[in-house]
Amino acid sequence: MLHRSAAPKTLADRPEHSPSSPLSVHDMTVAYQRRPVLWDVDFDAPARSLIAIVGPNGAGKSTLIKACLNLLPRASGTVEFFGRPYREARSLVGYVPQRESVDWDFPVSALDVAAMGRYGAIGWFGRVTRRHAEAAMEALRQVGMADLAGRQISQLSGGQQQRVFLARALAQDARLYFMDEPLAGVDAATEATIIEVLRSLRQAGKTVIVVHHDLSTVPQYFDHVLLLNTRVIAAGPVSGPESVFTSENLKRTYGGRLTLLDQAAEAVARARGG
Amino acid sequence: MLEDLLRILTFRAGYTAGVVVAGCTLLGVASGLIGCFGLLRRRSLMGDALAHATLPGVAGAFLIASALAWLLPEGVQPKSLGVLLTGAGVSAALGVLSVHGIVRGSGGRVREDAAIGVVLSVFFGLGYVLLSVVQAMPTGTQAGLKTFLFGQPAAMSVRDAQTLAIVAAVAMVAALALYKEFRLLCFDEEFARVQGWPTGGLDLAMMALVVLVVVVGLQAVGLVLVVALLIVPPAAARFWTDRLGAMLAISAGIGGGAGFVGVSISALRPGLPAGAIVVLSAAALFAASALCSPRHGLLGRWSRHASLTRRIRLDHALRALYERLEVAGTGQSPASALPRQDAGAALTGVGGASAIRWLARIGHVREDGDCVALTPSGLLAAARAVRNHRLWEQYLVTHADLAPSHVDRSADMIEHVLSPEMVRELEAALESEAEGAEHGPRVPTSVHPIRHAASEPHAAPRSSTEEGPRA
Amino acid sequence: MIPSLAEFLAIDLAAVVTACLCAATCAIVGSFLVLRRQALLGDSIAHSVLPGLAAAFLIVGSRGSVPMFIGALVAGIISTVLSEGLRRIARVESGAAMGVVFSTMFALGVLLMSLPRMRTVDLDADCVLNGVLETVVWTADTARGTRVPTTLADLLDPGVLAGAPQQLVTALVVFVVVGCVVLALYKELTLASFDGGLAAALGFPPWLLHTVLVVLAASASVASFEVVGSILVIAMLICPAASARMCTDRLTSQIAVAVLFSVLSVLSGYCAAAFGPGLVGFPGTTLSAAGMITVAAGLLLVAAILLAPVHGLLARSARTFRLGVTIAREDLLAMLYRVEESNPHQTLRRDQVIQGLGGGVVARSAIRSALSRGEIVPAGHGLTLTDPGRAAARALVRTHRLWESYLVHELGLRPDHVHRAAMDLEHHTTPAMVQDLASAVPSVTDDPHGRRIPDAGLEGSPARSARGNGPEPGR
Repeated sequence: MLHRSAAPKTLADRPEHSPSSPLSVHDMTVAYQRRPVLWDVDFDAPARSLIAIVGPNGAGKSTLIKACLNLLPRASGTVEFFGRPYREARSLVGYVPQRESVDWDFPVSALDVAAMGRYGAIGWFGRVTRRHAEAAMEALRQVGMADLAGRQISQLSGGQQQRVFLARALAQDARLYFMDEPLAGVDAATEATIIEVLRSLRQAGKTVIVVHHDLSTVPQYFDHVLLLNTRVIAAGPVSGPESVFTSENLKRTYGGRLTLLDQAAEAVARARGG
Repeated sequence: MLEDLLRILTFRAGYTAGVVVAGCTLLGVASGLIGCFGLLRRRSLMGDALAHATLPGVAGAFLIASALAWLLPEGVQPKSLGVLLTGAGVSAALGVLSVHGIVRGSGGRVREDAAIGVVLSVFFGLGYVLLSVVQAMPTGTQAGLKTFLFGQPAAMSVRDAQTLAIVAAVAMVAALALYKEFRLLCFDEEFARVQGWPTGGLDLAMMALVVLVVVVGLQAVGLVLVVALLIVPPAAARFWTDRLGAMLAISAGIGGGAGFVGVSISALRPGLPAGAIVVLSAAALFAASALCSPRHGLLGRWSRHASLTRRIRLDHALRALYERLEVAGTGQSPASALPRQDAGAALTGVGGASAIRWLARIGHVREDGDCVALTPSGLLAAARAVRNHRLWEQYLVTHADLAPSHVDRSADMIEHVLSPEMVRELEAALESEAEGAEHGPRVPTSVHPIRHAASEPHAAPRSSTEEGPRA
Repeated sequence: MIPSLAEFLAIDLAAVVTACLCAATCAIVGSFLVLRRQALLGDSIAHSVLPGLAAAFLIVGSRGSVPMFIGALVAGIISTVLSEGLRRIARVESGAAMGVVFSTMFALGVLLMSLPRMRTVDLDADCVLNGVLETVVWTADTARGTRVPTTLADLLDPGVLAGAPQQLVTALVVFVVVGCVVLALYKELTLASFDGGLAAALGFPPWLLHTVLVVLAASASVASFEVVGSILVIAMLICPAASARMCTDRLTSQIAVAVLFSVLSVLSGYCAAAFGPGLVGFPGTTLSAAGMITVAAGLLLVAAILLAPVHGLLARSARTFRLGVTIAREDLLAMLYRVEESNPHQTLRRDQVIQGLGGGVVARSAIRSALSRGEIVPAGHGLTLTDPGRAAARALVRTHRLWESYLVHELGLRPDHVHRAAMDLEHHTTPAMVQDLASAVPSVTDDPHGRRIPDAGLEGSPARSARGNGPEPGR
């Protein structure tokens, strides 16, 4: 970003945000891999809710999560967790990445992976003690994987691997969870287990934000939805009088590409990258 | 304690040789440990670049120290090991930075593999230039410096070997202390970042440990071959286990064993290149692991593949016979025996008459004159094979929406690898009743008509719409 | 101390030409390896040839060129087959597979070299690494009627040519052969390097072309290592190709530039090694020629990374700076336009302008640039727009406000959030895009902040392009 004269926004300019909101995103714009993928996202996650992020391919769903978690640089905007920046709220935030993001041939067992969720709590140089191993085991039990705790991860089915990833996040005992397509390509049993876990998390007062690809199950599984296509189309309850999960909003989410923005993005990329 | 250990090793070869052997063993252990993380981080060849990059450091340190000899403390020569290894460490670190610098400076156009090659060759070339400068110096001889190329443990002093042992032990302890962090970094860097671990710093620490091992390995195995100690033991250990802890232990063992055996052998006869023998010992262990380890070894995998092929052939033969018996029988119960000719025809796909002899030899088939019958064990095995096959067919028809005429093929491929637990799951999915223990497995009816002639092509279209078993 | 021409021809020419041929051969093959991200294949082959050489010597019992060549070639191919096998069958990660194989083979070579029988011959691991470039000289043999060249004319004398050192001949043959193979298979190699799947679909099996490349790389390195050593082989396979990669985007020129770089590094490296010490006051000493050539190749790569015309570090920084100045100049014009718009008699002082543009060198350069382009003129203590400047500014402000309207009306962003995005986008908007923007928000005349969107105007570029970009007839 080059020199800009625009004055920095003061707190007073911002719309009302409740300080206790698990996740508050203000004015976030993300440009990555040569093109801006998220424009000016403003979003407040309600506490104790299951939130689906829905949108077409390339709408920036995963990008939104990664930018919130500082995995991608933000061009502008701020993100706060429970009223604090990510650095200070790290232990309160759990993350379930896409299953394809790691090498499943890695020589670790399901329990080892689940125990990685405790590493933050263990700290530098510490060992995985019995207490932490039990917490990891309990997380595996929650996702129905306790029997396979000793299996090497490459010998698990896709759905089981996904459940191990979920267990790793559960072991962290966070208050807000991000999950990137946890239901993509899993079997029916895993899907049922994961949904059960999500509901029990909500029961326990936690918030879960899930990138979801199956529109038909949104009303059944989630209570809030964030419709995303490069920018936020709508965010709110899935059902009820204030429902934003309307066919009109969906049409705006999935209808057509923003060719002008794409062109502009490419022109920006050309000018910068040469 | 170290003294005791050394004494155990000394009863045959004298004190110095014992210290050297112990030092090289420790070096092997340390590099085996650290190499595991390098392998899992997919940075194996970075070690090669680092090792080659030490040469200009060794020669440069000697040159600088010679020029500034009056500044050196009492008792330190330009050729002192400390001086040379410091130079080696510095230039290896410069090598790492250069690899990153080339990749980043070129905007990603020169990729990491090319950058590694560049650093490796250019630093090494520079090293040769500096060596030729050393040679041209009026007082200098490069004797001593070139031993770093291929290593010469026999020339090590007790002090050198002790230094080597201490540094290797330090590297070992550091790698073990960061076990948890390195494991997370290698498995899932993104998650590590989300948890707040400094992944860049951890990567740097890992590279620093590699530099440490490479530098102390120079004297023992030489800079051209020291990388083998970082790559070969971990790659061999990976064949034996699916656990990182066990992999570290095995890799350390292989590395230590190679160091111990290699240096001992090379001490037996003067003139034997120690570095090469250490590496070849490690390579022999690698080859043995690649062939013989039970889980990932080639022999094990081949034999498992062969037995699977055999089982598939057996299943096919038994199923063909059973279905032919069903056709020959009446109503619910299959016939008990078949004319030899019919049996041969049923088995054409899996070997015909020879298949009958094979089945008879393993006790699944009884030959009564001109008739062929399944023995009780054969009947049990055949019924199980048919049952698995038909369960799958039913599952595919009812749950995967396949046309009954198409399921035969798909069932063929999967049924042979069904574990008992999967069969139970299948049954549960199909809500079929559990098998009666004393009656043997219950065989469901097929979803499509059983073909009557074995000569009929396997995937021939059949009309079987009237026989849908959807209950 | 610069040698005389006669000296150079007699002593150095053979070595220089041989090294050039080897380097050029490696550069051609290396271009493909670098593009296919198999740069380390060269590393692997260069290390692996050692046992082949030793075995050839042990079998044949002499240091003849042909058996050596065959032995090394076989060893190189065995090493690639083994590492490929480890990767595919034993599922060892590819870098590790290569490392296991080449280090084992090198160790085997070192062991073979240490056998008593090998001690008699002038061949050790050290000379395989470093080469024996210094021994490649023209030999005078009165019996065969050959002599050493001393003048340029001598180079055309058959008697002189017949005495060319045998390494030079080998290098020449391999260069010609590799060049011909690459020329003949140019299309196929290009396709397989770019898109193996497509190559396979078109009937060029990628494994076959891969094998061809392996054999080429092995031949190139085998022919070269004897002269220049395996380290220089690795450097020549990778450095010139990587340097060329910085300088060009086409495969044909990539290869040509790589060859050029390789020859340049040989010439500069050799001269530095042979004559450098003399020049700095150590006559009579020479440095390792192979090492110096490698260093030269590395320095040339660094130079290419820094100075390459389009992709070099400096070019990229300069582009970023120029882009920054352009954007700041356009911001300056728009700033003056907005001031005029709100109060036609007001001007901005230079320091206000600089502060408004964020200050620094970029802002000052932007003002200079706008002045020299005649878009602004000093007026009293301030700056004011000229007519052409006003037209340009008008077009920019129009683009800016169109973007704001578009972002608010089409994307549903909040009006107080769109200014920054529009600031960014307005500089990258082509006239055609302005047209599209205008038609995307047709009924809007004011921007979201209630300011009027300027018309396209007669002198602004959007108007001109509007005619050029009208709908095509018959659509």
